[in-house]
Amino acid sequence: MARLDADEDPVSLSEAPARDLNMIEAINEALGIMLERDPDVILMGEDIGFFGGVFRATAGLQQKYGKTRVFDTPISECGIIGVAVGMGAYGLRPVPEIQFADYIYPGLDQLISEAARLRYRSAAEFIAPLTVRSPFGGGIFGGQTHSQSPEALFTHVAGLKTVVPSTPHDAKGLLIAAIEDNDPVIFFEPKRIYNGPFDGYYDRPTKPWKGHPGAKVPEGYYTIPLGKARVAREGEALTILAYGTMVHVAEGVCREKGVDAEIIDLRTLVPLDIEAVENSVRKTGRCLIAHEATRTSGFGAELSALVTERCFYHLEAPVERVTGFDTPYPHSLEWAYFPGPVRMGEAIDKILEA
Amino acid sequence: MAKVDAEAGGNRPRLSLHVPEPRFRPGDTVDFAHLQVPEAGAQPRPDEACPAAETNPLCTDLIRVLGSDNQAHGPWNPNLTPDKLRLILRQMALVRAFDARMYRAQRQGKTSFYLKCVGEEATSVAATHGLDFEDMIFPSYRQQGCLIARDYPLLEMVNQIYSNRADKLKGRQLPILYSARSVNFFTISGNLATQLPQATGFAMASAIKGDSRIAAAWVGEGSTAEGDFHSALTFAAVYNAPAIFNVVNNQWAISSFSGFAGSERTSFAARAIGYGIAGLRVDGNDPLAVYAAERWAADRARSNNGPTLIEFFTYRAEGHSTSDDPTVYRSAEEREEWPLGDPIARLRDHLIALGEWSEDQHAEMDRELAEEVLRTTKEAEKNGILGHGLHHPFHTMFEDVFEELPWNLREQSEQAIRERKIKWPD
Ligand SMILES: Cc1ncc(C[n+]2csc(CCOP(=O)(O)OP(=O)(O)O)c2C)c(N)n1
Repeated sequence: MARLDADEDPVSLSEAPARDLNMIEAINEALGIMLERDPDVILMGEDIGFFGGVFRATAGLQQKYGKTRVFDTPISECGIIGVAVGMGAYGLRPVPEIQFADYIYPGLDQLISEAARLRYRSAAEFIAPLTVRSPFGGGIFGGQTHSQSPEALFTHVAGLKTVVPSTPHDAKGLLIAAIEDNDPVIFFEPKRIYNGPFDGYYDRPTKPWKGHPGAKVPEGYYTIPLGKARVAREGEALTILAYGTMVHVAEGVCREKGVDAEIIDLRTLVPLDIEAVENSVRKTGRCLIAHEATRTSGFGAELSALVTERCFYHLEAPVERVTGFDTPYPHSLEWAYFPGPVRMGEAIDKILEA
Repeated sequence: MAKVDAEAGGNRPRLSLHVPEPRFRPGDTVDFAHLQVPEAGAQPRPDEACPAAETNPLCTDLIRVLGSDNQAHGPWNPNLTPDKLRLILRQMALVRAFDARMYRAQRQGKTSFYLKCVGEEATSVAATHGLDFEDMIFPSYRQQGCLIARDYPLLEMVNQIYSNRADKLKGRQLPILYSARSVNFFTISGNLATQLPQATGFAMASAIKGDSRIAAAWVGEGSTAEGDFHSALTFAAVYNAPAIFNVVNNQWAISSFSGFAGSERTSFAARAIGYGIAGLRVDGNDPLAVYAAERWAADRARSNNGPTLIEFFTYRAEGHSTSDDPTVYRSAEEREEWPLGDPIARLRDHLIALGEWSEDQHAEMDRELAEEVLRTTKEAEKNGILGHGLHHPFHTMFEDVFEELPWNLREQSEQAIRERKIKWPD
């Protein structure tokens, strides 16, 4: 099983000197490394050039790599993704940024019908090796238009890979792997944890990444393979399947409640590390699935079905889901919406009591 | 406030919605007198490097070379050699022969679907000759002429249409949605207009790399209403992308006439004006004008003078596809009355007028082409026809979703092969 430790990839933590970075810095570093290593990598998106992006993820890159490698685009998500598909077909590796995941919808047809199927429909004559980066999720008072988690939509599409990092270390390694991947990848960045891990206690001061084990980011190039989950915490009592911000919420709850849960950070939803999921659920016999997205037909439904299909005889309790509500993200009530420690704590109790 | 408004409203005229209606419906007598068909040769030909605005008058004019006297006229005359003219004529005739045979094959149940381009052959064949072979074509589904103009093997086309075991696309695509990288022909999508931003992206990539290849995309006039069209033109204009957007205005989008894409107010070429790019409106049934316009736009793009929007004004002489019945929505007379004639007949008559061709040679060529197509379809049938068993192996269904097979597709592939033994025991 994949672990956040040195045996995972040879150039990882043990050898290269590591510094504490936040997730934005880690992403910026990954992009810089790929611009340096591969002349076919280009970055494009609204405000990403001179300004460096509204979250500063591309800061300094245009200055360093020039305007034809890193540039601003018109406000046209259909154009951004459609153009990236054509660039991919030419032989480039475009890394388009969609400013917020909520605005990916105008570009959806180009992702779903075009990028995802180019390899299939042309029998591999043409490919679309693009990595669409986009900040997603709530918790920053973004209201219903800056908070959505649309990942399930993409996992439903054959031909797209969906990646969600939960630490700066993973963000860098996964992003480099995504850019090198020959398939189209949607790289969702949990913006609530850009600057620090967030355990769901919104009324406590935000912790910075500094000092967190996942903030130790090795210098230089390394990758984390797509399709490999990480055991974020070992435990025996139940398995919590999570990704992005929810990994930290789960860790916080387990700490506070003293629950001996095993937390699997999925890292990539497609391809899914089914082995990691099965191994853990078989071991603990209980499973809770956590995501921030709305509940109905969310990725949790898929995980729940997989666990039931594949681990039914090992289960000692029904599979539970902790999710956002089936409403848009409400601005003033976002902390009532967010699947934080209370909702998760209740679900854990229910599973352990069963 | 509300009260005042209500009082004022009492005197206001009632609003009414305008719903476009074509001039002729089945049974109507057709009169195309409203169409302005200018004299061939009367349109100015600006330099390829001119400011885009200099082409503005050409966006509402109609560039024509071949006159009713069957001679080539004016500054747009590309002065092609008789050999080149005969080649273009032959390829257009081959497209028509191919369409006729494939249409029949569909009726005979050898495939599920076919789509002809009768009357529009010049917009693909002659236009492709205006490009360089290295230039990437981003076609829609009615550009079989681009493949034929690049000598793509007919056999590969038929195999694709039959979705048989020799189909390079492994039987995945609807018939006619070809992909042919070997001749720089991009894979066709069934989702309309998606190829336009992709063409822009390809052109931008070529410019980023300092390459000399350009991209040329085709789209139907109905599909210009898609958001992709506008995204593509915005990006092309912003980055001065070396791209050509060919709008094939064949007057109909299935049963909706061009008015539903906005043709009542202006031409499709005129959309270029709003983007500040070059635009040309061209007689799409005049192979010489089509060639000249495409060549002009290609030269312009290749010399870093930016994108061009070309409207080929033409007429869809047959149904939309094998699933369509045009007699339900349009007058049968339209085809005969179309004032710009037939592109093959016009080029034939031009060559005859030049003393470079004859009726007999033409008839002989048509016979040869029909035989060549028939021979090819027979050859393709050895590899199977749709639904008759000679398809690709089941496991290929799961390939190319991703570069590598993930666990779920591996499991599903095994399932399909297991089911096969039950569904088809022999
Ligand atoms: C996005 C999308 N919407 C609708 C369709 C269904 N459709 C297929 S062809 C067609 C008409 C297209 O007309 P036009 O663009 O004028 O091209 P033409 O068929 O005349 O060459 C429609 C509506 C489609 N394939 N894709």
